[in-house]
Amino acid sequence: MDIRDPGPSAATRGRIVIDDVVKIYDPEGAAVMAVDHCTLDIEAGEICMIVGPSGCGKTTLLNAVAGFHEITSGRILMDGETLCSTEVPRAAPGPDRIVVFQNGALFPWKTNLENVIFGPVMQGRLGRNEAIDKGRAMMADAGLIGIEHNYPGEVSSGVRRRVEIVRALMNDPKVLLLDEPYRALDSLTKSVMHEALLEIYYKNRVTIFFITHDLEEAIFLGHRVAIMTTRPCKPKKVLAVNIPHPRDYGVLTSKRFRELIEETNEAVHEEALKAFQAGEKEG
Amino acid sequence: MTGTSLRRLFASPVFWRGVASIVAFLVLWELGARSRQWMAPEFYAPFKELLVAMGFKKDYLPWIGAVPAPSAVLKSWLAVIGQAGYWQSWYMSFFRVMAGFVSAMLIGIPFGLALAVSRSAHGIGFPVFEVLRPIPPLAWVPASIIFWPTQELAISFVTFLGAFYTIVINVLGGARSIDMRYFQAAQSMGASRLDIFRRIILPGTLPSIVVGSAVGMGITWEVVVAAEMISGGGSQIGGTSGGGLGFFIWNSYVGGSYEQIVVGMISIGVAGYVSSELLRWLGYYVTPWLRVR
Repeated sequence: MDIRDPGPSAATRGRIVIDDVVKIYDPEGAAVMAVDHCTLDIEAGEICMIVGPSGCGKTTLLNAVAGFHEITSGRILMDGETLCSTEVPRAAPGPDRIVVFQNGALFPWKTNLENVIFGPVMQGRLGRNEAIDKGRAMMADAGLIGIEHNYPGEVSSGVRRRVEIVRALMNDPKVLLLDEPYRALDSLTKSVMHEALLEIYYKNRVTIFFITHDLEEAIFLGHRVAIMTTRPCKPKKVLAVNIPHPRDYGVLTSKRFRELIEETNEAVHEEALKAFQAGEKEG
Repeated sequence: MTGTSLRRLFASPVFWRGVASIVAFLVLWELGARSRQWMAPEFYAPFKELLVAMGFKKDYLPWIGAVPAPSAVLKSWLAVIGQAGYWQSWYMSFFRVMAGFVSAMLIGIPFGLALAVSRSAHGIGFPVFEVLRPIPPLAWVPASIIFWPTQELAISFVTFLGAFYTIVINVLGGARSIDMRYFQAAQSMGASRLDIFRRIILPGTLPSIVVGSAVGMGITWEVVVAAEMISGGGSQIGGTSGGGLGFFIWNSYVGGSYEQIVVGMISIGVAGYVSSELLRWLGYYVTPWLRVR
């Protein structure tokens, strides 16, 4: 059963291998294990959804891939090359792995277009004018027309997220790292954003590492869904979503979708309960 | 365009409420100031007796009749408005404020940024800064007069101190509170350290610089007036009438011209307002992205 219809097979780069990664905060004092011997193989061009309760350590994993945080042991590879390992605990951040942050990180002092062209201009890959042309084209492609010269504060949060994803893609990344990007959006905007993201994905075929705590979002978007245990974090169950791409919102009411939700709901709920109880113990 | 906005202004109840408030204030002040003339002593005597019975000393009671009336102040203002000395006072104070303020910006902004971005600069500079900061600028007046060759420099230095600490603290706080995500995003997208400084730290600190300078400007006016009073207004520069608005007030007090004291006070109010408006306009101009909030 080939579930990776055309998506992943069309991509040749952006495979992320997380190999036995451990992250312990404050190894000297009261050590807290955030990631516990986590192993996960994300195929090139795959949409891999990471599901777990808030604070379970999934963002720690994302930060390790992005190069914002160190790992304690294990290693992370991209296309066979080591990003970080026990010896070199922190990966160098780079334009091949771009993060779209939970609360958004568009620079508020730059217009949307200036934000979008930031990457290529900084890397010296494109001249300013070329970057502007490409930025306009990519924004238009994502349905973002007429807001180029507005500041991020002037547009809705849904539009901001799309601008940020366009800004990320302008760097020609191998992997997009999305950290609950739609958390703050209402459910109607969210559904529009999901389809917009898939549309962008079908055009760009970039590997997507997507963190969420919304199971429906995860199953709707992902080729695979990794349900993580709560702190310390490691895959509890990895689900292959055998619903063919391209998907649209009809999927949400399909029998297969409901079955997949039922199949995973218990595992997610179990972890949420554990996280809640752990939180109560601390509080 | 201007016509419509004026018409809108006149139609707005907020505007008329403001006008009514100012008029009411002036009327009350005028009535109070004239109360000495129209109020019979028998009328207010019982109140005084009551207060004395409560243990207040008779001589210590304030009396609004001792304050010059707004009409008298206006008359006195019209009298000085044609005199070069009055405008010389304006000029002197403005000049000192600007000298102190601009040098505080020129030194304070880079200093604050250095404290924010460099751990060693912070380690070396911050402790001294924190020890000097609690010293009120006015405590510096005597030392400043001894140290600086001219009184003009001494006064400007004290005004500089007034704005300097506030600007540095705001720049430092502003630069440090820039969200980590912006640095991470810029770093991922290949920005160098210099790029991050120019394109993230500088614009990210700008709103705090604007706020810091607005507060600093207010302190500068407080300090310049007091410094002029204490130091005798730098009298060798502009003569007695050219010593700035602070000296103008002090001189009026010494000369017993009470109306002129109030003229000087209101002049400072207007001067401070003009400076703040100027800064607000500048701030609005340099932070276009904040206009939308």
